[in-house]
Amino acid sequence: MKCILRVVLQAAVVFSITGQMVSAAAWEPTKPVEFVIPAGTGGGADQMARLIQGIVAKHNLMKQSLIPVNKSAGAGAEGFLAVKDAKGDPHKIIITLSNLFTTPLAQGTPFSWRDMTPVSMLALDQFVLWVNAETPYKTAKEYVEAAKKAGPNKMKMGGTGSKQEDQILTVSLEKATGTKFNYLPLKGGGDVAVQLVGKHIDSTVNNPIEAIAQWRAGTLRPLCVFDDTRMPYKTKITATMSWYDIPTCSEAGVPTDYVMLRGIFMPPGVAQDQVNFYVDLFKKVRETPEWKKFMEDGAFNQTSMSGKEYAAWVEKNENLHRELMKEAGFLAKPKP
Amino acid sequence: MEEINALFHGFSVALSPFNLMLMFIGVILGVIIGVLPGLGGANGIAILLPLTFTMPPTSAIIMLSCIYWGALFGGAITSILFNIPGEPWSVATTFDGYPMAQQGRAGEALTAAFTSSFIGAFVAVVMITFLAPLIAKFALKFGSPEFFSVYFLTFCSFIGMGKGSPWKTLAAMMFGFALASVGMDSMTGQQRLNFGSMELVRGFDFLIAVIGLFGIGEILISMEEGLSFSGSSARIDPKVVIATWKKLPKYWMTSLRSCLVGCWMGITPGGATPASFMSYGLAKRMSRDGEKFGTGQVEGVIAPETAAHAAGTSALLPMLSLGIPGSPTAAVLLGGLLIWGLQPGPLLFVEKKDFVWGLIASMYLGNIAGLIIVLTCVPLFAAILRIPFSIIAPVIIVICVIGAYTVHSAIFEVWLMLAFGVIGYVFKKLDYPMAPMVLALVLGKGAEDSFRNAIKGSQGDFSVFFANGLVGSIMTLGLVMLLWPLVNKLRGKA
Repeated sequence: MKCILRVVLQAAVVFSITGQMVSAAAWEPTKPVEFVIPAGTGGGADQMARLIQGIVAKHNLMKQSLIPVNKSAGAGAEGFLAVKDAKGDPHKIIITLSNLFTTPLAQGTPFSWRDMTPVSMLALDQFVLWVNAETPYKTAKEYVEAAKKAGPNKMKMGGTGSKQEDQILTVSLEKATGTKFNYLPLKGGGDVAVQLVGKHIDSTVNNPIEAIAQWRAGTLRPLCVFDDTRMPYKTKITATMSWYDIPTCSEAGVPTDYVMLRGIFMPPGVAQDQVNFYVDLFKKVRETPEWKKFMEDGAFNQTSMSGKEYAAWVEKNENLHRELMKEAGFLAKPKP
Repeated sequence: MEEINALFHGFSVALSPFNLMLMFIGVILGVIIGVLPGLGGANGIAILLPLTFTMPPTSAIIMLSCIYWGALFGGAITSILFNIPGEPWSVATTFDGYPMAQQGRAGEALTAAFTSSFIGAFVAVVMITFLAPLIAKFALKFGSPEFFSVYFLTFCSFIGMGKGSPWKTLAAMMFGFALASVGMDSMTGQQRLNFGSMELVRGFDFLIAVIGLFGIGEILISMEEGLSFSGSSARIDPKVVIATWKKLPKYWMTSLRSCLVGCWMGITPGGATPASFMSYGLAKRMSRDGEKFGTGQVEGVIAPETAAHAAGTSALLPMLSLGIPGSPTAAVLLGGLLIWGLQPGPLLFVEKKDFVWGLIASMYLGNIAGLIIVLTCVPLFAAILRIPFSIIAPVIIVICVIGAYTVHSAIFEVWLMLAFGVIGYVFKKLDYPMAPMVLALVLGKGAEDSFRNAIKGSQGDFSVFFANGLVGSIMTLGLVMLLWPLVNKLRGKA
């Protein structure tokens, strides 16, 4: 029996080597691919994953189908652990959000991105500082001054989740300006925007797509974008402004930047040609008109990368998260 | 009368043969999704969403919203026939629907459920048609203290319902709260009460608990009682629909009240599940036959079904006009809108008239299509009960297991569901009421989050719950509801 197995394995190795020599598309999925979403239905990562599923099906980019599965328990730990445990399984991929870093750091969950194989970065999600349009604050500086004047914890900052991107960004904003906000974790991005319209909170750090409708309707005002360059989209969103017209926070006098990774990972121990297949697949996805439109609608930062460059970026970003979370006292205490 | 013109334009969009076909397909798929416990409207739509990317947005939303209507209708079927709620909002339907089926009145219960669902949805749609802009503004007034006050009112309108010991009711409710707190602390992001188990981080999903408590628990009880299935005497009579309809107008007051509760909860956005519980609680308290609730009263089916549908339908309004989903299913639909390149929000009504009014018209048509489909099937559904218990019981168990597995695609949940089955059996044997526990489990988390956010926002000041007229009056109403039985008792003694 062992003998047979060895022969089969050897044959497989030989085949895969020769296969690689013959053509670049050496490997492709032989059964449906599970697309793990470490977040609930309806959120940003979920939307993106389902859009990708739709694009792949519509443009026939893959012979097998892509099946999104939400594994959101424990701030996404469920999903990441499932991928970590599926060693060598090329029929499983995962889309990440900032909980790739925050969940292991805040909860002490036993995984890190090093337990997975990086495939590629799809885009970076932007964050914008918003206030209600009826407030007098025209610039980020004015708002921060007002927050300082009101005293610590007086200005309410609404965000999604706890010890995740919105709160970490709030902390780094506090660090840069020396103010203190009263951070309130609310249900979802759309909910946060509406609470700001209703003046139940004073500001938010919503993603563009979460607040665009209210901005266009004239009820919210963007103050600055938390990135080192302005958003490139010059199509007018309101009568007078485009995404490009929003200054960066550094320009506005509150030097803070933060972007959120939207990237793809695979389980550990997969072969390079299997990774290459997905790198290539997502390259094709990014070239479709549907994707481009989605990027523009959501004012995403369209930076994308793969391979070593991607891994280096992830490592740098992980350090940034660790530093910010350490300062905020969000790190999990080591288990006794 | 601009709305009327717009609506008729909408009808012309929705009435194309292609869209009509999608409508019927959607309703049938929805009914199937609603019948299978665990699959649920949100999951069902999420699975089918990518299929619609190739369609024009209006056709796609028509089909998906019809799945939503179908699921709302379908949820009632298993609740009444087998005591297994297919959807969270049909839990309250089991309280009187299942006893009716046991008495051989399954056809009557189903007809009442479907008809009231239709009425609830219809009233909500009419409201959306004419009052959309006004209502959207009202929803903006809801912050965390207001949300908590709504939860508070729901709990209070449900207290004092049980016929048995009030202490047992309280114990059951506290058990529900304890279960609801397992998993993640959403304020601090820490895991809690999971004893280091990754499986328990997911918390106790409401559907798992309900499938076990009601479905498996019921089977255990039936087995003990000697494998008889009391609904087997159900007569198949196509005229049952007409006969039931003749009785329904008598309950117009319950319907009206339930519609109001439902619409209000859908907009605020409390959602269909609390709406159905609140409406059932109110109906029990205000009906002349309130004492008999739980033994198979038609009113006990009408109240939750009407409210659930009114809420489910009006939940789409905050989604379209503000971009906040009023229910998990609406959240998935919202994702769909974004993918089709539509921006939900205040300007959607201005910029995408075809789409919005096509959708509203399809709400009218979809509900009519749904009603026709489910009503014609009433005798068929009722006939299921004639199958001997020894055949149907294994089928129910298989459905329960599949349902429990589908919720999170995890085998652990199946074991959990079976454990809940045993708990359900024990509860029944010891005469503890299950409703307060289920209510606490489904609403506990939301109540906790809104309470803690409100208190954190006010920096520990409890007066925030009486800070303005809106939150103050809801809280006061809740307190009145809470103390009502006590007042009644004192008055009786004096």
